[in-house]
Amino acid sequence: MLTLENIDVYYGAIHALRGVSLTVNQGEVVTLIGANGAGKSTTLRAVTGLLTPRKGRVLFEGDDITGIAAHKLVARGISMSPEGRGVFANLTVLENLEMGAYLRKNKADIASDMERGLTLFPRLKERIKQKAGTLSGGEQQMLAMARALMSRPKLLLLDEPSLGLAPLVCQTIFATIDDIKATGTTVLLVEQNANAALKHSDRGYVLETGAVILEGAAADVAADPRVREAYLGE
Amino acid sequence: MELFFQQVINGLSLGAIYALIALGYTMVYGVLRLINFAHGDVYMLGAFAGYFIANAMNLDANPSILGAIVVTMGSMAICAAIGVIIERLAYRPVRQHSRLTSLITAIGVSLLLEYGGQVVFTANPRFFPQMIRSETYAIGKVQITNQSLLIIVVSIILMFGLEFIVHRTKIGKAMRATSHNLSVAKLMGINTNFVIAFTFALGSALAAAAGVMVALAIPKIDPLMGLMTGLKAFVAAVLGGIGSIPGAMLGGMIIGLMETWIGATSYSTYRDAVAFGVLILVLLIRPSGIMGSTAAEKV
Ligand SMILES: Nc1ncnc2c1ncn2[C@@H]1O[C@H](COP(=O)(O)OP(=O)(O)OP(=O)(O)O)[C@@H](O)[C@H]1O
Ligand SMILES: [Mg+2]
Repeated sequence: MLTLENIDVYYGAIHALRGVSLTVNQGEVVTLIGANGAGKSTTLRAVTGLLTPRKGRVLFEGDDITGIAAHKLVARGISMSPEGRGVFANLTVLENLEMGAYLRKNKADIASDMERGLTLFPRLKERIKQKAGTLSGGEQQMLAMARALMSRPKLLLLDEPSLGLAPLVCQTIFATIDDIKATGTTVLLVEQNANAALKHSDRGYVLETGAVILEGAAADVAADPRVREAYLGE
Repeated sequence: MELFFQQVINGLSLGAIYALIALGYTMVYGVLRLINFAHGDVYMLGAFAGYFIANAMNLDANPSILGAIVVTMGSMAICAAIGVIIERLAYRPVRQHSRLTSLITAIGVSLLLEYGGQVVFTANPRFFPQMIRSETYAIGKVQITNQSLLIIVVSIILMFGLEFIVHRTKIGKAMRATSHNLSVAKLMGINTNFVIAFTFALGSALAAAAGVMVALAIPKIDPLMGLMTGLKAFVAAVLGGIGSIPGAMLGGMIIGLMETWIGATSYSTYRDAVAFGVLILVLLIRPSGIMGSTAAEKV
């Protein structure tokens, strides 16, 4: 479904990704782990079109989407919950969810998806009229995830969805990822919580200073000594 | 007491003009973090557009309210288009560059409109056609002209319209989302280039309405008329908290009232200095402005 072919991404003079190749198949959950600054978020931004690789190609459902504007890729079925949540603090919870469905027309479908999101995260329902900026960090994280689902994506990118969440809510997030997978949506996940993430994934990639150093089935990645040492604290 | 009410009415009608123009500064700042210095000149172009439309309709000889509405709407439409063109040709090409580059570009566009305006329209002031005959009503000893009444009423209608667009429509919500976080707005599927162009159109249309109403009241227009008014409206936007829509409305009213009040005292020669004194004070005491705290709604 998604293929990165040898992409190089720069921020000005900073060379953030060096020849990253990666594949996500239809229906899979794939986790990307790596130290701070390894280039995980950069990889996701390159997929969404927020960044354009200087070299290499991004393929989505067989089409070359390199260089296509981010807002157009949403229409093709790519959605992201960005790092640091990125909720619109000046909009209400409801308006944030509406923005997630910006390109959709069918009001009944939107309403039913909104209901689903609010059932998933009942906290949001209680705060539906509140400005998103007044939510707690964890509530904002739930909102970011619910909002990303409002476009009914084929491919959902999640950048550290469990960051700063209480253990119970973390479980909700991972259970939600299982649900999303069950509905046929493909997920590319970036997580610091490598152990939990790999448990809920089919495959994993490890990034180090802008390059993939390891890839494989989730269980194999989790069992790799380097990963155990560096990311699982053993 | 009568004098007080007189000053309040004069101040409100002047303040409404500043508020209308300040809205354009503040909205563009909201989505682009750009001080659009050419905005005051769009107000001037609004007055000129109104002048040509009104003359083409021969409204000086046959004044009519309907005609005045057509002139105002026409001028608003023309300036909306001019605003979009300015954004497209001048600001979008430098958007990825530093903010200093955008700022210098804005000053350049402003100078181009002011001096280009003198070439095209000549520097001589022109008399704006009296498309509505001037009348003065007296309430007790308080005098109010139909023009200042018109300015207050029309401004209130336009501001309510703007509030409606920004809070109740899809494009308005997209504007607020874009102003909060441009790249996340893109991730929602929002065409942020369109939203930015729409913001310029909206702000320029409000400035055009202000230009026509001032031209009708004064009634003299010239290519440099946007310079001082634009600067004062900019101060109003900073005072209210740049980026904040209610702040721009409030800031405009405050500057208008203060200026009128000073104008009625023996310090009246300093009336133009008021705005700049306020600017210095705001920057010293509260640079974020009255409503520009993080809690304020930014657009
Ligand atoms: N906007 C930016 N401008 C310049 N450099 C950047 C920018 N964003 C990221 N970088 C650099 O690119 C590299 C990769 O950053 P990235 O955000 O992708 O890391 P990450 O793997 O997501 O890290 P983290 O786990 O801390 O989120 C880092 O060296 C970072 O300093
Ligand atoms: Mg990151």
